[in-house]
Amino acid sequence: MKFKRFKILIRDIKKYKALLLILSPPVIYLIINNYIPMLGVIIAFKEINYSDGILGSPWVGFKNFRFLFATSDAFVITRNTLGYNTAFIIMNIIVPVSIAIALNELRNKWLPRIYQAVMLFPYFISMVVTSYLVLALLSHNNGFFNSALMPFLGKDPVNWYDAPVYWPFFLVAINVWKTAGYTSIIYLASLAGIDPQLYEAIAIDGGGKWAQIRYISIPMLRPIIIVMTLLSIGKIFNSDFGLFFQVPLQSGTLFPVTNVIDTYVYRSLILTNDLGMAAAAGFYQAIVGLILVLTTNTIVKKINPANSLF
Amino acid sequence: MKKRSLTEITIPSKILINLIFIIVSLICIVPFILVISVSITDESIIMREGYRLIPSVVNLSAYEYLFTDINQIVRSYMISIIVTASGTLLSLILTAMYAYPLYRKDFPFRKFFAFFIFFTMLFNGGLVPFYIMYTQVLNLRNNLFALIMPFLLNPFFVIIMRTYFTQNIPDSVIESAILDGAGELRILTKIILPLAMPVFATIGLFVTIIYWNDWFMSLLFISKNENISIQYYMYKTMLNIQFMLNNPQAAAMAGSIKIPSETIRMAMAVVGIGPIVIAYPFFQRYFVKGLTVGAIKG
Repeated sequence: MKFKRFKILIRDIKKYKALLLILSPPVIYLIINNYIPMLGVIIAFKEINYSDGILGSPWVGFKNFRFLFATSDAFVITRNTLGYNTAFIIMNIIVPVSIAIALNELRNKWLPRIYQAVMLFPYFISMVVTSYLVLALLSHNNGFFNSALMPFLGKDPVNWYDAPVYWPFFLVAINVWKTAGYTSIIYLASLAGIDPQLYEAIAIDGGGKWAQIRYISIPMLRPIIIVMTLLSIGKIFNSDFGLFFQVPLQSGTLFPVTNVIDTYVYRSLILTNDLGMAAAAGFYQAIVGLILVLTTNTIVKKINPANSLF
Repeated sequence: MKKRSLTEITIPSKILINLIFIIVSLICIVPFILVISVSITDESIIMREGYRLIPSVVNLSAYEYLFTDINQIVRSYMISIIVTASGTLLSLILTAMYAYPLYRKDFPFRKFFAFFIFFTMLFNGGLVPFYIMYTQVLNLRNNLFALIMPFLLNPFFVIIMRTYFTQNIPDSVIESAILDGAGELRILTKIILPLAMPVFATIGLFVTIIYWNDWFMSLLFISKNENISIQYYMYKTMLNIQFMLNNPQAAAMAGSIKIPSETIRMAMAVVGIGPIVIAYPFFQRYFVKGLTVGAIKG
């Protein structure tokens, strides 16, 4: 029996060798770029010294993890990563869905297109450029906030880059500013596909605009909202490095509210050269991320199999 | 007068919605206007009034100063263009090479290879093994390929491309090509590619943006001035200015190095975003169209 299956395998390989040949460059790429580094997670359980190399360095068990979780950093970076991503996920449902529904109601050919084009623009800007734009607003001496907005509100200027309390709001606002236009396009496209007769049916039954939105628009958007949210939950342990590293201009005073797992791993690896800590934090990020995707997907599958990712 | 349909909203709510969108649109572009306006304002006016949306005295000296370093700017632009163009081309080739066999229903290993790439979305080794792989094993430090290689194959784009093939190219086309004796590579380049141009354009646009905007890979792997992309150049300029501002003594000691002023910073940003602003009206339409193709069907 086994031998027969083996023969079929050989026959298939021979028959489809051209397709396998086409697949081989990208597969080799994935092995080098993704799969071999996956095995590199063993670094987290070793005390690396460069004379012995990665494989030769001694195993130290969970020592790196004990060190990592003994610091207050572990709590801060976990809280920040999860907190910001939760806020981003919620805002990235509320704002783009509202934009899409409102644009869809305008029933005008060119105005929504102009709004859309303008709102999409920030999406194309790198985080380095974003850091310049934010600096133009927040610079202590001459920034727009301190030289125009705060006097207008009758308030004293604030040294924004030294004031951690404001940054959770700034970071969420910057994230929404950059991505809302992009995400709303996806929702708007689904709304455009809704049969207008559905709205008319509700209207004839005496349902106003809010009823139409509540009973038609939102339910029609639900599957795509779930997919987008699932994808974000899968990445809830990852952050946009540039947003947390460069937009606050690496200000040390702001670390309690800007340090996330990604910036911590980078700083440990490159700036403080603490390979063990960086690898432990990276492993923690990868494992918890994997567990989160599998769990959310299983839950969604239980509730509604059609909405799950895999 | 045309009668309002049952489902249309009232005129006052239309005006309100438009007003909200005008404000939102302003929020989206005002920072850019501010940066441009600061870059052309006279330095002494800035010191007196702070950043304003409309400059009271126009002065282009910030750009004059920037252009004394024109060689590095041109060099950085060249690096960005080379990395973006070759990265996008290579990435499209690899994506198509992965998507095509997955699209073939008769290919017995498609399930295995679909999982093989999907798994990379679920789990990754993280920054440390990746960094060691690139610097110690592949020896790519200060090599432009270190900026190209990380973004060559994205599982998402493979899925989008495969879905596009499935929905737009009927199996019968492939079957008859095989009967005519065409090889797989020939089918991919002569039949699939021309039929799937829209999805290649869309993914190409996405990948272009990823390469153009990346600076993290430069931060990790690049230290030589000759390999600094425009994004990384902007990053370094910002860093130097921050250092000067935080360490006035060091700046004074450096003496001969002219401290880049407020206006020069913003002029640097304008030089950096310039091409995107100019190209934006042209590619924006295609992007919206492509995004909806990928999102709905993918």
